[in-house]
Amino acid sequence: MAAAAASSQSLPITVSNLVKAYGDLRVLDDVSIAIRPGEFMTLLGPSGSGKTTLLMALAGFVSPESGSIRFGEQEMITTSPHKRGVGMVFQSYALFPFMSVVENVAYPLKIRGVSPAEQKSRAEAALEMVKLGGYGGRRINQLSGGQKQRVALARAMVFEPRIILMDEPLSALDKKLREHMQIELKQLHQKLDATIVYVTHDQREALTMSDRIAVINKGRIAQLDEPKALYRRPNSLFVADFIGETVLLPVQREGDGVSLQGRKLKLATPTPSGNGPLQLVIRPELLQLDAGDDGDTNTIAGVVRQTIYQGDSVLLIIDAGDGREVSVRIATSRAGQASLPDSGSRIALGLHRDDTVVLAEQAP
Amino acid sequence: MAIQDMPGASPWTQRLLAIYGALVLFFLMLPTVIVIPMSFSDSQYLEFPPTSWSLRWYREYFGSSAWMSATWTSLLVAVLTTLLATPLGTLAAYGMHCTSDRVRNSLQLLVLMPVVVPSILVAVGVFHLYAIVDLNYSITGLVLAHTALAVPFVIITVLSSLNNYDMTQEMAARSMGASRPQAFLGITLPQIRFSVLTGAFLAFITSLDEVVVAKFISGGENATITRRMFNALRDQIDPTIAAISTCLIVVSVLALAAVQFFGARSKGRT
Amino acid sequence: MSAVIAMNADELARGQRRERAQFIGLSLPATLLILIIVFLPLFWLSSLSFLDRGGELSTENYQRLTGDLYVEAFVVTFQISAAVTALCVLLGYPLAYWLSRKPQHTANLLLICVLLPFWTAVLVRTYAWLVLLQRNGLINNTLLSLGVIDAPLQLAHNLTASIIGMVHIMLPFLVLPLYATMKSIDGDLVRAAVGLGSSPTEAFWRIFVPMSLPGLFAGVVLVFIMSLGFYVTPALLGGGRVQMLAQRIESTITIFSNWGAASALGVVLLVMALALVALLHRVFGLDKLFVR
Repeated sequence: MAAAAASSQSLPITVSNLVKAYGDLRVLDDVSIAIRPGEFMTLLGPSGSGKTTLLMALAGFVSPESGSIRFGEQEMITTSPHKRGVGMVFQSYALFPFMSVVENVAYPLKIRGVSPAEQKSRAEAALEMVKLGGYGGRRINQLSGGQKQRVALARAMVFEPRIILMDEPLSALDKKLREHMQIELKQLHQKLDATIVYVTHDQREALTMSDRIAVINKGRIAQLDEPKALYRRPNSLFVADFIGETVLLPVQREGDGVSLQGRKLKLATPTPSGNGPLQLVIRPELLQLDAGDDGDTNTIAGVVRQTIYQGDSVLLIIDAGDGREVSVRIATSRAGQASLPDSGSRIALGLHRDDTVVLAEQAP
Repeated sequence: MAIQDMPGASPWTQRLLAIYGALVLFFLMLPTVIVIPMSFSDSQYLEFPPTSWSLRWYREYFGSSAWMSATWTSLLVAVLTTLLATPLGTLAAYGMHCTSDRVRNSLQLLVLMPVVVPSILVAVGVFHLYAIVDLNYSITGLVLAHTALAVPFVIITVLSSLNNYDMTQEMAARSMGASRPQAFLGITLPQIRFSVLTGAFLAFITSLDEVVVAKFISGGENATITRRMFNALRDQIDPTIAAISTCLIVVSVLALAAVQFFGARSKGRT
Repeated sequence: MSAVIAMNADELARGQRRERAQFIGLSLPATLLILIIVFLPLFWLSSLSFLDRGGELSTENYQRLTGDLYVEAFVVTFQISAAVTALCVLLGYPLAYWLSRKPQHTANLLLICVLLPFWTAVLVRTYAWLVLLQRNGLINNTLLSLGVIDAPLQLAHNLTASIIGMVHIMLPFLVLPLYATMKSIDGDLVRAAVGLGSSPTEAFWRIFVPMSLPGLFAGVVLVFIMSLGFYVTPALLGGGRVQMLAQRIESTITIFSNWGAASALGVVLLVMALALVALLHRVFGLDKLFVR
């Protein structure tokens, strides 16, 4: 029943050639993106990248210069915000301080002319859903930050919108609560019958919650992929650097392949075309200590410089020659710690070919 | 808030400053305070303290058809001005708040002009304008002129509270299906209502107390109380005016009290 | 697809224009009213000032302003405005300082003594001074009974009376912006200076006073502008002996019905006021003046 409803209810969003400019600055530079029905899509990018502008354009609060925004088959780009039927959660929550919790949540229903009795029951149900059952009578200023966040969520979904937009909704919460809410939001999404577009600058949050992530930089979509693919196969140094912890090592072109420390590397992806400088993208936790060469592993030689204890892991700083530093993350498990090398010792690090990604310094 | 003292200042300096400050405050309050007891004097000459008390001058005021008609004219004009200036000013402030900075700045400058242009120039100008369109000595003319003078105060108070208001609330309401007017009336207006009321009181007082423009463009049966008072004061010091002044002071005190009360309420709300 | 996008672009541009027009439209009734009631007549006045009595274009009206009568009005106006402004600073600065260092609650109560006169009609306050300063008014009677003087002094209907009345009217306009500025000065700065070895007097003059200057400047300019064009108080308390610009304009029209000359005077007054306003706006921002 729920699954059948999901396929019929939630809407795909198709954005084509969207342009928004402030003077000479193109905040959205010919953006096209297809969001699947029922998907949790995150727009991820540094501040000023245009991710919030894109979200606001979807909501109708930013009017683009040109392009097309379709919800399902319907063109929406010139539709007023109040006729788009999207739920929205704001960074500041934007709760109405002069209304009680339940009045806040019932507001979209009231505007739609729903009967008072139904308003109340549906608002209470929505509050129940965000685990705030029984809080309806409270005033907004009596709530904690996390509770306000939940009220904003309940208010955005109470009228069962087929699209819900969220603008950094967790950024005002402290780290612990934020991580908790990430899981809860994800679970809520599975119960809800809506396409969610979520904006954040926190890459870990994006990886945790999303079905797919669109990395946005300078008004363009740098890469759109599932979290795992995005992390393991970044298509540009920008994405590699923005997502996860990254160490870069310059590598040399050699014929149609690349080499590091004079050894030819086995690559997961084709060598980038052109003849510009190349970088090897290394994730510290994917490097292995004392790797034997099984034919599928690249080795990097180096000298241990420093050992940094970080609680859940130990970070080794390795000098890979020419003053280039590589870091290796080792779990603080018994097995991990047994083989920890001393400072000053020479070691060989292993990088499996599937994890070996080489990118051009300049995007093609 | 921590008490902000005067760091390191000697007790003598502090005491001297306190005495000086109190004297200046006394200077500010003295005229207002002195008129009230004098209005209850029984004497033709305004002595202080009065040797005998009476309501003579109030009887004189309330018994005079000329004073009463002027009073009603002033009250009517002030009420109509308030009713006109408050919505116009609120809408203008909202519109200005929502436009681009450039447009807002120029509109703001334009709208603040009536506050700084010498009132004698406005008076002379309006007098001439009304001579052409035949509005001199009319209630309509007075109301329009007073509204132009009062509307800046409404705009200033409402704009300043919109500056402290989180407009994303209105966006939230609109995302939930409210049209812009619905969002403004249902969400924004309830939260800025105290500043709208403050603006309304300012508009009322501005109109009620206005002398110079009224001196030129009001007259005949539509003379305002301030115009009558001004002319009476030029001739001789009529003690009836002490009674009228006391009534005007009471109105001012009430308006100020209301504004202070609303101001405290609106601050307590955020 | 590209056709749809091009169509959308037109529609979007139209939508943006419509939205911008709507907001300006909201301000339109108020701005139009101000334009018609305040600005239109001012334009008419200025054009009138360049016509002679026969309706020909001339600078006759401005040449006339060099006559003794008008020159005197300018001089008196400037002298009075300067005196009023100076007295306001003398009275207002210590008061604002004292109030700004008080705990919020006490300061709010004391501020009512500044706000109440501010809200009381100018005419009422002028009347009160007339009563206080008259021959057998409170001040003369007090001085007589104390034996300071033998015969009542002529206090009302002269220059001094006008200045006293105007200072009383203008003082709140100086104190309120000054108080707001002083309130925002961080007391820790002065404390830090004292802690670092400055004497309290030195810290006050070198740290506090410079930081309060924007508010002082705003108040001073505001008081000066308003004094330049002030009418009611000098007209009543001056007893005809004090002729500032505003009264000169009024009498030129009502007594001599010389609109041209009055307009020229008005234009000069207006230009001076607007120049000061522009200066004030540049330094302080007009909009900030009135926010309490």
